[in-house]
Amino acid sequence: MPAPVPDYKVRLEVFEGPLDLLLYLIRKDEINIYDIPIERIASEYLQYVDMMRMLDLTIAGEFLVMAATLMMIKSRMLLPEEERAAEGEDPTEEEDPRWELVRRLVEYKKFKDAAQFLQQIEQERVDVFTRPDVAEAAPGAAAPPLPLGEVSIFDLLTAFQTALQRIGGEDLREIFAERFTVGEKIDQLLEQIRERGELSLTEMLLAMRSRHEMVVTFLAMLELIRLQQLVARQDTPFGEIVLQTAVA
Amino acid sequence: MSETQVRPEVREIVGAILLVSRQPVTVERLAQVFQQAADHGGGLAREYAEVGRAEIEAALAEISRALDAARIGLRLVEVAHGRRLESLPACGPWVRVHLERGRPQRLSQPALETLAIVAYRQPVTRAEIEAVRGVAVDQILRNLLDLQLIRVVGRSDLPGRPWLFGTTQRFLEHFGLNSLDDLPGVDELRRREISAPQAPAATAPAPPAAPDDPPAGGGDPS
Repeated sequence: MPAPVPDYKVRLEVFEGPLDLLLYLIRKDEINIYDIPIERIASEYLQYVDMMRMLDLTIAGEFLVMAATLMMIKSRMLLPEEERAAEGEDPTEEEDPRWELVRRLVEYKKFKDAAQFLQQIEQERVDVFTRPDVAEAAPGAAAPPLPLGEVSIFDLLTAFQTALQRIGGEDLREIFAERFTVGEKIDQLLEQIRERGELSLTEMLLAMRSRHEMVVTFLAMLELIRLQQLVARQDTPFGEIVLQTAVA
Repeated sequence: MSETQVRPEVREIVGAILLVSRQPVTVERLAQVFQQAADHGGGLAREYAEVGRAEIEAALAEISRALDAARIGLRLVEVAHGRRLESLPACGPWVRVHLERGRPQRLSQPALETLAIVAYRQPVTRAEIEAVRGVAVDQILRNLLDLQLIRVVGRSDLPGRPWLFGTTQRFLEHFGLNSLDDLPGVDELRRREISAPQAPAATAPAPPAAPDDPPAGGGDPS
């Protein structure tokens, strides 16, 4: 794992887990969750994990466990049905090897929907006030910082991947020239966005002259989002991502 | 149809109590107040000692209707098993300026998901939440505990006696819910009976207010 920029390490906790990534890919590719093309999803999944590692984001070990699980399912799918049951398992249970994963995804999806319901009613209550109770009045009781605002880390990675593909050329892993630092790019980005009000993420990335610059800029952006200096906004699902300064 | 007769004084007293209450007031509490006031004060208060649930309910309904009709920016709502006065959402922008509050911070997506799992599956251990989300939830649980949206409700009988988490009254208040049954799809998302090894419920109804050490932080070796 090459650390792209030794001088400045971006500590972005990816709070979303492997199940989020899978659901994201399923939604993005408009796949039927009950009939997942495991080969394709596994390879896309690995691409995203590679990207996160390349950017040196702090990703949970669970991502790697899931990668292994996907590989295992993939290999079992290749077996003729009657040979699928693993040793010690009841061979009469000719289960689709994907089933356990599907069950987890579907269950998790239900809770994501429930979370969305909570978010919606929380939103409705934003304009409702009551006599403040003790806990609310306590100063330290502010909500935990929002890691990413409205846009998920996977949306950002998708934009990053698209830009990488468009720029083509050199292999990212072989770049050691350090012409840019995250620190510099942070200043530049802030200045640019303050001047222009907002900036499209793709536009920003494609203005870069090299993959190296692109990676460094992307890391700078993640850091600014984490520090709540910038907000990433996406008006339509999988649509263009726009960066703007966070309003206090 | 058969409207209970509400004495104007009862309505006034109920209204006054609602105004000064920091937390949702239950009908039971109101009945208790009438009773206790009579015990202590005697005199006039004695006349209202036996104000029943029906009259209190009717008084609350009248207050609610009166507020709506008067259009004075207030409403009476049922929340967390009680009633509470709150400002109308339409007035929010001005109230916020007066209170000198910025845009309120809202919970992050992972926090909401974790909260949803706790709400539907409670009492629930950290490991169970992580099994659903597929990722560690330590930090998030700690934040939710700090925000008093969840609390420790006991310990499981599982090896290591892991903490069991549940939602709080404040959770209901925060989301304006009257009870957990107001959550959509409760029956479907509640714990499935298949998960047999999980003990039927929290072991001891341990006084949850005083867990002997910080739960989410110290819950490492399960």
